[in-house]
Amino acid sequence: MSLLNNKKVIIIGDRDGIPGPAIEECFKNTQAEILFSSTECFV
Amino acid sequence: MNSVLKAASYVLVHAPDMVLHNGTTQTTEKVVNPGSDYLKTLPQHLRGFDQVVAYPPNQTYIGNLSPKQLGELEQPFFDKPVENATRQGKFGEILPQDEFLLLFQACDMFDLVHLDKDFVAATKPALEQHPLMDAFILGRIREGTAMEQVERFVKEEGAEGLYYNGRLVGYIKRAHDVDANLSAHVMMENLASKASAVLALKHLVKVSGIEASQIDYVIECSEEACGDMNQRGGGNFAKSIAEMAGLPNATGCDVRGFCAAPSHALVTAASLVKSGTFKNVAVVAGGSTAKLGMNGKDHVRKGMQVLEDVLGGFAALISENDGQNPEIDLDIIGRHTVGTGASPQAVITSLVLTPLEKVGMKIQDIDKYAAEMQNPDITKPAGAGDVPQANFKMIGALAVKSGELPREGLNDFILNHGMVGWAPTQGHIPSGAPYLGHARQEILDGDITKAMIVGKGSLFLGRLTNQFDGISFVLKKNEGKKEPSGGASKEEVRGLIAQALRDFAASLS
Repeated sequence: MSLLNNKKVIIIGDRDGIPGPAIEECFKNTQAEILFSSTECFV
Repeated sequence: MNSVLKAASYVLVHAPDMVLHNGTTQTTEKVVNPGSDYLKTLPQHLRGFDQVVAYPPNQTYIGNLSPKQLGELEQPFFDKPVENATRQGKFGEILPQDEFLLLFQACDMFDLVHLDKDFVAATKPALEQHPLMDAFILGRIREGTAMEQVERFVKEEGAEGLYYNGRLVGYIKRAHDVDANLSAHVMMENLASKASAVLALKHLVKVSGIEASQIDYVIECSEEACGDMNQRGGGNFAKSIAEMAGLPNATGCDVRGFCAAPSHALVTAASLVKSGTFKNVAVVAGGSTAKLGMNGKDHVRKGMQVLEDVLGGFAALISENDGQNPEIDLDIIGRHTVGTGASPQAVITSLVLTPLEKVGMKIQDIDKYAAEMQNPDITKPAGAGDVPQANFKMIGALAVKSGELPREGLNDFILNHGMVGWAPTQGHIPSGAPYLGHARQEILDGDITKAMIVGKGSLFLGRLTNQFDGISFVLKKNEGKKEPSGGASKEEVRGLIAQALRDFAASLS
């Protein structure tokens, strides 16, 4: 996952799609730094 | 014995001026981009009352169209008006904004709402014709005030304006000088929620045929908070609604859980009745002014009319088992627990698969699922997709994963066990609850035998936790009144005691 090395990440999840914590899981084994993660509701 | 769903009622309140003045998408835009094209063009995208009445999803919400009939229409729905549509429905009604403003004023117990006297005079005759507006409500409508006072309070006293057809017709003033929890804005939201809930509860009494005095308890489950600076969210919407709806013997409480609140409230109501604590419990919720026009920017950008122009409300009556109405089966309760996790698969597993497996049932044993019933006309143009469809897809995928459904059967599963959504995006309103009325009817008609109602809530929006939430239950065909098994009747107990006393007396002689 070199693509994500030294990258800073902002995660906006969707409660009816992929929520923030689930996206966070995908970044756990990378070098990316998660600056902010939340799930939002659009309905 | 399980309790039953005796009736459900549904109301919509047409609120185009509240879209402009109270919806948070619009109020935020006025702060951050006051001269925006969106704000300038928005009024041209608002629908008239007749259009709102003829809109197929709205006719489905109040019970005049079945979910099946709606599903047979080609999407989008907004260009397919229902011919000869009426504001009255089998489950409730669509109330026009002017009549609602009078009901709104009648529901104000603290002299906060004042309407222009000419507006009152012009509107009151219509409300007097309303079959559910009784002397108590009509007697609370004041004559009104002079327009100069209305303008002064809005300009100088921080009051929120009340509008009709783009014209200022009244105001709601703050209930405290400094307490933000009693500001004009908060009072507006709370009173609009209360008034639309009162309308739903009045309809529930009508459609159920129950005497209002027989309702013992009311559980309110909207997403608003009423209280003051020392107890923000203290409540109690429920009792204030029961008071206005004329329920002299009811007390009640508020249940909160974001969009999942109605399902939590219904499970609580069913438990209270099954346990014998109360005989008749009403679950009720009014609408949310904040969510009006929530996706308006996307609708306007796409040249559509703004479809989020109604407040939603509903009520359900949970009563002792009458041997006829559908039972709420408390043996099948799905729960999203703290340890469940946030992924869509984990959420649906906890709410659907786990409770069914616990009682030896399969996913396909449930005839119909009602999860998030948002109207796709509203969500698709806004990029949020078809929310009910996504839920049914995930439920079907779990059926495939567990081996009970072949992969190629997924689309048929969605068609047969799901429904197209018809509810306005009013947060708690779409979450499972819109199907109660139709589900009850379909079970009574023998079209289905079991339906699962799934409520889901976005707790993370409150910024106390990242947790999601949800709770589900099953509505099923009444199995008929059954005598409790395994226990002795009063007569049997009396006989046993008498026999024991006789034996004891005999042993003494």
